Amino acid sequence: MSEHKITLTVNGREMSGYAESRVTLVDFLRDELGLTGTHIGCEHGVCGACSIVLDGKPVRSCLMYAVMAEGHEITTVEGLEGPQGELSPLQDAFWENHAMQCGYCTPGMLIATHTLLVENPDPDEEEIREAIGGNLCRCTGYQQIVEAVQMTAKKLREAT
Amino acid sequence: MSEAVPQKQFKYITKRRRVIEDRRFITGRGNFAADYNFPGMLHVAMVTSPYACAEIKNIDASAALALPGVRYVLTGAELFEHINPLLSGLDLPNVKRIPLAHERARYAGEWVAAVVAESRHIAEDAVEMVEVDYDPLDYVIDPEEAMKPEAPMVHPQHGSNILCDKTWVWGDVDGDFESAPHSLAFRAKWSRNSTVPIETFVVTAKWDEGKELLDVWASIQMPKYPEQIARALSLPVNAVNVHFDVDVGGSYGLKRGIRQTVIVSYLTRKLRVPVRFNEDRLENMSGGEMHGPDRIFDMEVAYDGDGIMHSIRIKATDDAGCYPGRAPLQLGKPVSAIVGPYRIKSASYNAISVTTNKTSQEAVRGFGQAPTNFAIETMVDKVARSLGMDRDEVRRRNLIRADEFPYRIPSGSEYDSGDYHTVLEKLQETAAWQELIAKRDALRAEGKLAGLGLSTCLEPSGGNSSFEPFLNPKNDTTTWMESCLIKVDMLGSITALMGTSTSGQGHETLLCAVIGEVLERDPDTIRGTHSESIGALPSNSPVGSRMAIMLGGAAASAAEKIKTQLMEIAAHNFQLPVDRLIYDGGDISVEGDSDKVMTWTQLVDIAHRNYHKMPLGSEPGLQAQHTWEVPTGGALPAEDGTVQMYPCYAFEAHIPLITIDRETGQVEILDYHMGHDCGTVLNPDIVRGMTFGGIAHGIGAALYEKFEYDEGGQHLSGSFMDYLLPSSHEIPHVEMIKHYTPSPLTTFGQKGSGESGYLGAPAAIASAVNDALAPLDLELTTLPMRVRDIEGLLNGQND
Ligand code: FES
Ligand code: FES
Repeated sequence: MSEHKITLTVNGREMSGYAESRVTLVDFLRDELGLTGTHIGCEHGVCGACSIVLDGKPVRSCLMYAVMAEGHEITTVEGLEGPQGELSPLQDAFWENHAMQCGYCTPGMLIATHTLLVENPDPDEEEIREAIGGNLCRCTGYQQIVEAVQMTAKKLREAT
Repeated sequence: MSEAVPQKQFKYITKRRRVIEDRRFITGRGNFAADYNFPGMLHVAMVTSPYACAEIKNIDASAALALPGVRYVLTGAELFEHINPLLSGLDLPNVKRIPLAHERARYAGEWVAAVVAESRHIAEDAVEMVEVDYDPLDYVIDPEEAMKPEAPMVHPQHGSNILCDKTWVWGDVDGDFESAPHSLAFRAKWSRNSTVPIETFVVTAKWDEGKELLDVWASIQMPKYPEQIARALSLPVNAVNVHFDVDVGGSYGLKRGIRQTVIVSYLTRKLRVPVRFNEDRLENMSGGEMHGPDRIFDMEVAYDGDGIMHSIRIKATDDAGCYPGRAPLQLGKPVSAIVGPYRIKSASYNAISVTTNKTSQEAVRGFGQAPTNFAIETMVDKVARSLGMDRDEVRRRNLIRADEFPYRIPSGSEYDSGDYHTVLEKLQETAAWQELIAKRDALRAEGKLAGLGLSTCLEPSGGNSSFEPFLNPKNDTTTWMESCLIKVDMLGSITALMGTSTSGQGHETLLCAVIGEVLERDPDTIRGTHSESIGALPSNSPVGSRMAIMLGGAAASAAEKIKTQLMEIAAHNFQLPVDRLIYDGGDISVEGDSDKVMTWTQLVDIAHRNYHKMPLGSEPGLQAQHTWEVPTGGALPAEDGTVQMYPCYAFEAHIPLITIDRETGQVEILDYHMGHDCGTVLNPDIVRGMTFGGIAHGIGAALYEKFEYDEGGQHLSGSFMDYLLPSSHEIPHVEMIKHYTPSPLTTFGQKGSGESGYLGAPAAIASAVNDALAPLDLELTTLPMRVRDIEGLLNGQND
């Protein structure tokens, strides 16, 4: 099968690579661009482990073909840190609250809650649970994730 | 969190500390098995059987092999010729377990051939092109049908579908039943579910011809993994190197992909290039042999008018699926706590393992204890109901009292410590039990179906292998150790190694905190890490809720050895006996003369560089290893059928409040309280997290999760659309109440908590559902209690 050249912006940097038309975006990110922070749990759009930000919205990169991302702007978990590698307040709160165990769902959880906080800096527990409702975690029972988001929101409120 | 028994004053353990491992996960820098790539690596996809049972008459791979990029097609026949069958937990010489079906496929979804190609896409294309000629055979899906003499045999060479049928009687069960004024009997079912980690099983193997070494990167959590690979491939164990530093994306007991590993290991040796198998979700759920216990309980209990239980009879019939690896042993572990936390003076247990044409059962969190706890708790609720007593009162009357520990149960296990009444009392107080009853009754007055649940359960921990000789007399394993090696380098930094992988339990954090505690050094300056298997630290892996106890114990003992070496160096240089010296934060001073100090840096430097300042004949350098045998381990079962299983027993009690929608059967959890006592807690965040995760998993098992088979033997739950994992919507906020009764058997008084939550939540949810159904005089004793089951019952269509 023939390969297509795909150019897109990932975590603020323009990157390109090659993929057959049937290659999913998550496979392209992982195998072609070497960004293995984005994970695969189901490849059928249910678990959310493959969540990324595409043009400001959270999407499941297993449900998109890589060619569809041509020219778009993507943020993956690797792009959440600050320019000097400093942790974002959300990442720091995930750490402080131990909002994970095995860490496999964590990139997807961070992406889901990162986009939540951009849109709604003061979410209540229901809204947080709604935002991660499409991300499965088998380790945590979700509670410490909710607490991490609450802590971040509080910190961000206090900072402004 | 309240604290009746204060945790001892420690500096680093018992305190909230950030989990070291989390740092890499929040930045996307975890090292999961699928993240390792090697030049020239090939990929595997599986050809699967469409039949529940069929003879494989021929496999024609020519079309597949003709596809560009396809490099090989491996069949069960080839593997059978070149490898040794995989080990079975029971003594079943005629039940051969080969990683790919050989001659006969025994369940729908079983892997029949492995296609190897330059990409997974090409391998998947080629799977469609492999032509397998099958001759369908009769099959059996229901375990009770399978036990009938006329049932089709899953393994005809074995001569029966019964793999094990053993009965133990501990105490005067018949006499106790005869003398007790009441008895009741019922059946409860725990359906086939599993831990279903979000990461599937992934393994890459790379044969290095120059070194004659097989390197393996896998998402594994299994005892004796390198040894099992070596045995299967007839290699010496020192030719197998498992990279235990691979981060495992969840396991909870389950990730034991020995078949997957043997396939890629065989292939890399044959093809001389690295080979990866990355299961997709369907391969994982249907063919990956990752299902858990599937059990029918026939229960009988003898009790008196005061609600005191005198004796129980348990018959557990377990569907092991078709290749019984360690699955039947999951019938053995519950003997550890066969009477739960109760003073029941006699018990009998009939454990039956049956093979059927379903995917094989594998180890799951609790190793059979969660289903057993569910059956026991259902029994206690029934006793209460039959006498018109409160469920909490019946429990209080039967729970072992704090002053009775150590307490030996009829089957021979000695419970180390506990204060069950206090935990229950604290929980009921914090949860406001009376108010919850009032709330439930108010909901009922509004016309709702509302129920309050209660369970009081044990988590046996410290995992050993007692159930192996218990169920298989040919197996005389009594050793079940864990190790830690500590190295202090020339510049004084500390590195600690373990010989196993981690799947979310925070073992690196555990090592650093424990060693920091003993050596009084800041844990943040210590590195905890995983040795490769060729570094050969004896380990039995993180199974059976054992690492806080076992790795913690090994690390503490190794650290004590380092301390002793330092004291000896100081004593030699001060020319004073050791008992005149004081160790403080790594520095050593002379008692009563605080000016005389040798610092950590000086002592370490002497150990590495100044042999002239070392005690005569001592070993230079500074490192120590300790291998710890499991406490109370080391004995075979007694002739009378009694056995000491796990050493430590944690206690948990759950109180959920739920409603059931009368129309749809939907359960909603309104409130959830849990009381937990796992002794000294080494890291509160880790214990809290595992417990919440266990509760979520238990709620899944109680209400949603089931691997379903249809009458044609087809597996119907191969995706997350068909197998429902609870999301943040279904899992409530949980209020946890802690209590700390130290274990007398462990270094710091810690017990295990890797299975906590899961061991009591299913029973508590079932208790709540049945409390909600009680006013209608309805009852459910089969898990999961799904929307359709409850709705069916409410509409009079109970199956
Ligand atoms: S891998 Fe994309 S949603 Fe599961
Ligand atoms: S942290 Fe393991 S799946 Fe969420």
